[in-house]
Amino acid sequence: MAWLKKLVGAALILGGAGAAAGWLLSAPVKLDAAALAQLGPGDATKGKRIFYAGGCTSCHAKPGSQGDARLQLVGGLQLKTPFGTFVPPNISQDPKDGIGAWSVEDLANAMLKGVSPSGEHFYPAFPYASYARMKPSGIADLYAFLKTLPAVAGKAPANSLGFPFNIRRGIGLWKRLYLSDQPVVALAGGTRDQVVAGRYLVEGPGHCGECHTPRDFAGGTKKSEWLAGAVAAEGSGIVPNITSGGGLANWSEAEIANYLETGFTPDFDSVGGAMVDVQRNMAELTPEDRAAIAAYLKAVPPHPNGYPARKPAAN
Amino acid sequence: MRKLVIAISMLAFAGSAAFADPILDRQALMKERGKIVGGLSKVAKGEEPFDATAVLTQLQALQANAEKFDVDALFPKGSDTGDTTAGPKIWEDMAGFKATGDKYLADVKAAVAAAPADVDALKAQVGAMGSDCGTCHQGYRIKKS
Repeated sequence: MAWLKKLVGAALILGGAGAAAGWLLSAPVKLDAAALAQLGPGDATKGKRIFYAGGCTSCHAKPGSQGDARLQLVGGLQLKTPFGTFVPPNISQDPKDGIGAWSVEDLANAMLKGVSPSGEHFYPAFPYASYARMKPSGIADLYAFLKTLPAVAGKAPANSLGFPFNIRRGIGLWKRLYLSDQPVVALAGGTRDQVVAGRYLVEGPGHCGECHTPRDFAGGTKKSEWLAGAVAAEGSGIVPNITSGGGLANWSEAEIANYLETGFTPDFDSVGGAMVDVQRNMAELTPEDRAAIAAYLKAVPPHPNGYPARKPAAN
Repeated sequence: MRKLVIAISMLAFAGSAAFADPILDRQALMKERGKIVGGLSKVAKGEEPFDATAVLTQLQALQANAEKFDVDALFPKGSDTGDTTAGPKIWEDMAGFKATGDKYLADVKAAVAAAPADVDALKAQVGAMGSDCGTCHQGYRIKKS
């Protein structure tokens, strides 16, 4: 029976080592000093652009808000996903219920590393896997702009997630797989500046890939099908393919930019679904920014649709 | 002869009631609407010259189109399946769905009443209508492949 004891002992040691390794590998990692040094003073005017490019208000305003109410970032939207229901929190300037007490470093760690001021992981429903590609100076600009917005009291309800997704620590392992500050689409030297600028807006603050790219079993975006469209991760229906392998093949750059500005497709259908809020944010950007986004989308490698074809209608 | 006419018209009525496809009907109306808005939008963007009379005619066509949009007839219960992108929320929140349609019709009527005299006036009106399009399509339409 000695061999059995040895085996059990070995299993315990291995299991313990695995658990310890898992614990270490899943630890929240904050920004290093070098990254924090790049934050700079922050400029609220530039931050306003980041705010709209980042679409903060789409998830953090009270659902259904119009006009100035979209600047009251009280949270409360329900994102229903296969992992459970995520509820974006209050990120208004309220010091107790919102993020009014946060430092600029706190915001940078949240957006670039997905780590809260108290050192916990945020769930990637908060799209820091995209925001991680942003420049620290952009976060400082956003911080300065957020400071100009109102404080609104009131806590949003908590997330409602099933096991094992309710274990925050596990997100540390997810981050090891999917969190990177590197661009998704490699661009050859000599690529138009406009395309490079568009890549930053789309892959970083714009976080377009979060909805327009299919996800793997662990909920990470499939970079091999970048922007190919997907079955909606939240709600129902599909999110369209926005590479030239799909419907966008027939859109010119000017038509894409016009869609982002006015909400009308080239054949004068209108924007719909979750894209309505996105388009309203895009309309706040400059024509140059919209043109850059369009230029990048036309430069992205084409993919076939990242969602199954519709079944023939049942009659 | 009179009886024949009545019989034919009754048959035609029964036929239209039996064969009308609300999904095709509402899609045809939306297609027409998009086409008219498209024409107006080109003028608003300065791609085509502004002609006050032509613009008013188009706005009136838009109003006629909107008035034909009879929600009860076009979205009967059961017309949520098949080749349609109509979202289930239409039937869950029929009052809200009708309210977005009413808001749109009111904006179109207002545009006809205050016939635009220049591109800027038209631009503001097209902007308001476009926002109505988005509001309705945001919650009541589902994108399908």
